[in-house]
Amino acid sequence: MRKYSLNIAFAVGCLLIVAGAQAGLFNLYVQSVILFMGINIILSSSLNLVNGNMGEFSCGHAAFMCVGAYVSSIVTVLLFAQNKILGAPLLPPDLAPFFFPIAIIVGGVVAALVGILVAVPSFKTRGDYLAIITIAVNYMVISGIENLDIVGGPRGFMGMKQVVYAMSDVVDIPWMMIWTLLGTAFTLWILRRYISSTYGKGVNAICQDEIAAEIMSVNTNKIKLVTFMLSSGLAGIAGGLFAHVIGYVNPQSFNILKSTECLVMVYLGGMGSLSGSVLSAVLFTLMLEALRPLQIIKWVIIPLILVLLMQFRPEGIMGNKELSDVFPKLRRYFTFK
Amino acid sequence: MKRNLFKIGLTTLLMVGAFMLAGCGGGGGEDTIKIGFNIPLTGDIPKVGEASKYAAEMLKEDVNSQGGLEVGGKKYKLEFVYEDNESKAESAVNAALKLIEQDQVVAIIGPNSSKQAVPAGGTCNDNRVPMISPWSTNPDTTKDRPWVFRAAFLDPFQGPVAVNFATKQFDAKTAAVLFDISNDYSKGLAEIFQSEWEKKHGSGTVVAFESHGTKDQDFSAQLTKIIAAKPDFIFVPDNYNQVALIIKQAHDLGWKGPFMGSDAWGSAELMTLCGDDCKGQFFSTHYAAAGAKGDTKVFIDRYSKKYGYTPDDVAALTWDATRLVLQAIQESGSYDSDVRKERQAIRDALGGIKEFAGVTGNMKFDAQGDPIKCAVVVRIDDQGQFVFAESVCP
Amino acid sequence: MEALFQNIINALQWGSFYALIALGYTLVYGVLLLINFAHGDIFMVGAYIAFGVSVFVLGVQGLNLPGWAVLALGVPLTMILTAGVGVTLERIAYRPLRRKGAHRLYVVITALMCGLILENGNLALLGASRKKFPELMEKTVWTLGNVSVTNLKVLVIFAAFAVFGILNFIVTRTRIGMAMRAISYDKFAIPLMGIPVDNIIVFTFVLGSGFAGLAGMLFAMSYPILEPYMGALIGWKAFIAAVVGGIGDIRGAFVGGFLLGFIEILVVAFFPSTLRDLIAFSILLVILWMKPTGLFGVARHQKI
Repeated sequence: MRKYSLNIAFAVGCLLIVAGAQAGLFNLYVQSVILFMGINIILSSSLNLVNGNMGEFSCGHAAFMCVGAYVSSIVTVLLFAQNKILGAPLLPPDLAPFFFPIAIIVGGVVAALVGILVAVPSFKTRGDYLAIITIAVNYMVISGIENLDIVGGPRGFMGMKQVVYAMSDVVDIPWMMIWTLLGTAFTLWILRRYISSTYGKGVNAICQDEIAAEIMSVNTNKIKLVTFMLSSGLAGIAGGLFAHVIGYVNPQSFNILKSTECLVMVYLGGMGSLSGSVLSAVLFTLMLEALRPLQIIKWVIIPLILVLLMQFRPEGIMGNKELSDVFPKLRRYFTFK
Repeated sequence: MKRNLFKIGLTTLLMVGAFMLAGCGGGGGEDTIKIGFNIPLTGDIPKVGEASKYAAEMLKEDVNSQGGLEVGGKKYKLEFVYEDNESKAESAVNAALKLIEQDQVVAIIGPNSSKQAVPAGGTCNDNRVPMISPWSTNPDTTKDRPWVFRAAFLDPFQGPVAVNFATKQFDAKTAAVLFDISNDYSKGLAEIFQSEWEKKHGSGTVVAFESHGTKDQDFSAQLTKIIAAKPDFIFVPDNYNQVALIIKQAHDLGWKGPFMGSDAWGSAELMTLCGDDCKGQFFSTHYAAAGAKGDTKVFIDRYSKKYGYTPDDVAALTWDATRLVLQAIQESGSYDSDVRKERQAIRDALGGIKEFAGVTGNMKFDAQGDPIKCAVVVRIDDQGQFVFAESVCP
Repeated sequence: MEALFQNIINALQWGSFYALIALGYTLVYGVLLLINFAHGDIFMVGAYIAFGVSVFVLGVQGLNLPGWAVLALGVPLTMILTAGVGVTLERIAYRPLRRKGAHRLYVVITALMCGLILENGNLALLGASRKKFPELMEKTVWTLGNVSVTNLKVLVIFAAFAVFGILNFIVTRTRIGMAMRAISYDKFAIPLMGIPVDNIIVFTFVLGSGFAGLAGMLFAMSYPILEPYMGALIGWKAFIAAVVGGIGDIRGAFVGGFLLGFIEILVVAFFPSTLRDLIAFSILLVILWMKPTGLFGVARHQKI
């Protein structure tokens, strides 16, 4: 029972959210906050893999999100939507719910391939030099897409709403909510499995001491490659979901500011703590929305809160602990594997 | 002890979070009309948000000081809700949803730039809320969206205006273009200008087509390239703050020829930022502030008196967009306390507006929700006033 | 050919700004191994301080001194005030974290947040209107063939070289410079040698922020439009320049700054300018790939 309790609790929670959304218990605004929460959880926990567990300093996470968003949008629009560039839909709209996750995963895969751009230099480069490479990749991706007129360049790319409508035409349930929750669950599951696997031990070993890890027969290059690709692939999935939630993508939505938001979420939660990144993503999203009435002052208050938090807890909310380390009694009720 | 404190802190954090999600909300009173503003108060273009907010505040004070807006024989107070969209697409969608769901507004003004107006327009259209974007020029904002309107004219209209005027005024055969690659407004207009110019003067007559990034401050390399190509004039469809730098740097590099600009030049700040360098240049815009008559003059004078600077085009367009909504409410004849029905009524009235006399000229909407209105070309005279040079109507 | 000379002069001017800001990054990094992401915003504050000083204190709305006097008095005043801002940040935000032994990257995030506070605090306090910096010098344009140079450009380039000279002298030739290098070498042994670590760190921030103030003033004179977000992008790019040069090394920041300036300008000159960022950053990526620790950086060999 203990083995499944968390999964069951999570599934029930998701079902409740979806049912609530379907029944109209939460209005669309609350739903959209939940959607962005899920996307932010994917972003922060996937960046946490590289920045927290592996101890690198990647500041260009939004680049992979951008690639994932564009690729999955192009695939879905090509397949299911009437588009002035790509022509009539290739598949009947009834198939949309089945092909949608495939498109999202395709986006993730392409983002993972772009991740190689960062992973390969990381064999030789470390620390702040690698940080620059990630920033450079972020700028390159944005600049590249701005020059691709076929996907709209700086005008952005749209048509994804039609795909969401096509799904709703098949069965009228809150599809994006379901996909986002599934994406979040998938991300957390895969990250947890990865970190607790032999590879994950290698990732932690690289964080502690790369040379020692190499001597202990850890294939550091291979682990770096896989870790970077996993992290950027998950960011690509977040990007694909983001694009379909908003229904419009624009290269400047994924600039360095978005990357710094991801960074803030990781370090707010605590380096290397999965539950910390989830918690911080939730809190950060809520804070962004709850402080809206402050208007201009909002962006003074939020960094101020974070600076103060750093003064009192210089290791982030959770440090490098998980929730079950802080509340040991919780272990009685679940194991998280 | 410290450990316990941390646990307590963590638990409260979680609970506060849960409350924040559950909380918020509220509706309007019986006799108020709520209109939402989805504007960029922080982020890349805070000035645009500020101008929008100021214009709206002025209009609200006007109407409320007369006891409110008269609809069907009854006076309703106005209530404007301002939401900051931080110049981000996702924030604009959230702000729109918040205005629709939590604040229960009857119509939304904004967002201003297309980057936010396109996604927020989709949201408003899905939720059946009328939205008017004062400033967005991207055709996608209103395309196939019956609930979305705009107050600014589109690039395909403005581009030819600039081409024809420059051909006549400067007797130009060749042109150069410098634009902002990350700004879809600037890029769109630059491309339309290029194709129109080459259609008129033959291919290759746009001798230089150069770009820069949004936050760039140095344009010397692009300008060196442009000046080396020896065009008859330089077309700069760019925001006024960059225009000031571009013109100064071009003069430093020895350029003596004329510039031609677009409606994004139309800000009072242009002259404070640019000074003598901008005098004598031309640009196309929505209205000429100097020598304005009637309502336009009254608006400009009052705005400058209240806030200390001449209103730019965003302020004027927001004023018009908001007044369009108010006129639509009045034309619908009665104010329904059911928000959904009222939104429908406003949308129908907006679509049916025959003639609207705004401070940026007379307009009405076509089938797409885009305005049909005239453009003017103005010259910056030696006092730094924007003087009327020519008017072009569709 | 003339266009090439013109572009070299353009690149020298633009690179000077990158170099001036990158020097501030590298000074702080050299001592604390801290990427002071607030540095770009300290530069912005410096420009605003220069504006305030030269308009409201010395200029038309204050003592109403002539332009050359405003310039002569404004530069030291701006540098001192901006240095004050930098030191304040160090005292209230970075030092407590350092005392608690926080991970280096948490200090980096704190710096990022401090930068945001400076940007948006400025926006909230002074409003969204952009400020126009007054002209302090009579502008002279010298033209040689089709190549034109203004006296301001010459001043900026000269200032960048002078600042580099001063900093290089301080870091390599003076006792305090030796102490700065020592702290980055081994921060545990240094207090035992009787070196007041905190004072040295404050001195580093005074130097870095002071020269950011100077850069802010020169920048405001060259590009006379001030806005709260003006430091963000140039700050990121100067950081990139500092790292490509080899972060922590004064020469690296100087060369890196000019390198980035030249890459950006020459890419525009020879390729379509729409592809500028793509090509410029690809070049940087290749440089870092070939030299993983930057141009002047020395790989730190780990003992096993």
